[in-house]
Amino acid sequence: MIMEIQPGINGFERTISEEINALTQRVLESVVIVHNGRHGAGAGLIWQPDGVIVTNYHVVGRRSPQVALLDGREYAAEVIAREKKHDLAMLRIESDDVLSPIELADSRQLRVGQFAMAVGHPWGQIGAVSLGIITSLGSMRRHWRKGSVDVIRTDAALAPGNSGGPLLDARGQVIGLNTMIMGGDQGVAIPAHVVDRFVTRNPGNNSQQYV
Amino acid sequence: MSSTENKQVLSALSDAMADAVEKAAAGTVLINARRRFPASGIAYAPELVLTASHVVERDEDIPVMLPNGEQVKAALVGRDPGSDLAVIRTEGTLPGVVEAADDPPRVGQLVLALGRPSAEGVQASLGVVSAISGPVHTRRGGVLEGHIRTDAIPYPGFSGGPLVDGKGQVVGMNTSGLTRGSSIAIPVSLALKLAEALVQHGSVRRGYLGVRSQPVEIPAKQQAGLERQQDSGLLLVGVEPKSPAEQAGLMVGDILTGFGDQPVHEPDDLFASLAGEMPGEQVVLEILRAGEKMGLKVTIDERK
Repeated sequence: MIMEIQPGINGFERTISEEINALTQRVLESVVIVHNGRHGAGAGLIWQPDGVIVTNYHVVGRRSPQVALLDGREYAAEVIAREKKHDLAMLRIESDDVLSPIELADSRQLRVGQFAMAVGHPWGQIGAVSLGIITSLGSMRRHWRKGSVDVIRTDAALAPGNSGGPLLDARGQVIGLNTMIMGGDQGVAIPAHVVDRFVTRNPGNNSQQYV
Repeated sequence: MSSTENKQVLSALSDAMADAVEKAAAGTVLINARRRFPASGIAYAPELVLTASHVVERDEDIPVMLPNGEQVKAALVGRDPGSDLAVIRTEGTLPGVVEAADDPPRVGQLVLALGRPSAEGVQASLGVVSAISGPVHTRRGGVLEGHIRTDAIPYPGFSGGPLVDGKGQVVGMNTSGLTRGSSIAIPVSLALKLAEALVQHGSVRRGYLGVRSQPVEIPAKQQAGLERQQDSGLLLVGVEPKSPAEQAGLMVGDILTGFGDQPVHEPDDLFASLAGEMPGEQVVLEILRAGEKMGLKVTIDERK
């Protein structure tokens, strides 16, 4: 099958391993570590080049979080917005440095069975990758509130520290934000379009001044 | 994105897996016939659905939800708790049926486990074929001639659903009802063979010989009499009166070494040979008696 296809034949340039490696290297430029002053750390994702970072609500503590890029740069971050319903938080870092935002996939067009890759810091392992597929697309009722939220479920292994990190498609574009708190024993991600709506609708987001 | 101009193997794989899920999902139904959450079934013929026996806790008015969301009723055709298989017949024709894979699965092959335990849609998990093993005793007292182990996660309600290959063709039926704390798949060829027996007779008939036995080493000298290398066989320690074995002339002390053209090394080999549609069949048993090879013709009876 397709696993056996060698580069140079059938029009494929690289092997699966080479492609995953290249995607990972690119994506890691957009993944951050979010420290909240308590034990452990979550992941976050550079959403906009102006310093807007998204992560999970539950990753962000009461104090202002510290954000570290994987190349070692560190920033004090400001919490601009939080939304408990989707377990989302929006942070901003002030930086003159070049930031690499993640590319967005159209998460309204997902299919069960398509490739999915999670990047995060499970059990403190920085920038770890796990592979799987989209297991199901549906909604999830959170027991302590009314209504339900749309979620992507995956069989890619997720652990504490993956929260706030990206779930990516075969092109390395983000399809969802991993959130451990809803998952139970199964990996769950909030679709990227829900995250993007949270960011663009939020009054704290001032990206419109740059447009 | 500029890099998508080149053909990407990961995107091709992703599309192929989603296509495989979509194709098999058309024949994967929801079966709501137990107290807890629903389970899955495989539509394999116009009105027939293969599923796990342990998820069907009733025989009539079995609610089935088709992939298009339509609700239909089904009735039990037959079940074989020993191999945890059941066949149910739906009222009206099923809109989609699965395709069975032509070739047996291979260790390392990519597989997808599918289930439809909720109305939200099909669910799938990815893995490889971890092992393909010979006869296994199930905790429900049966013997499976073969089974597939996979590392694809069996989510709740996946029992009765298909294990499919990269083309979306079915290689097995998933069930967690045969082994404690894990899930296996019954190979599709075996599952369809047993399903055929369920449709014909309402149950799976297994062969009966009427012997008690224990595995023994065959000394090198006696192997010479077999004209092949086989270092173990079954020493007969009991022959049931009036049984097919007695009628065929088998005696305590004989070493059973072959069943038809299959060698018999251990009890599981004999169980496997007697599974399926054996009752009424005539078979030549190969034995060693006092070091001499003999062939005895036996007519297999049905195990009650």
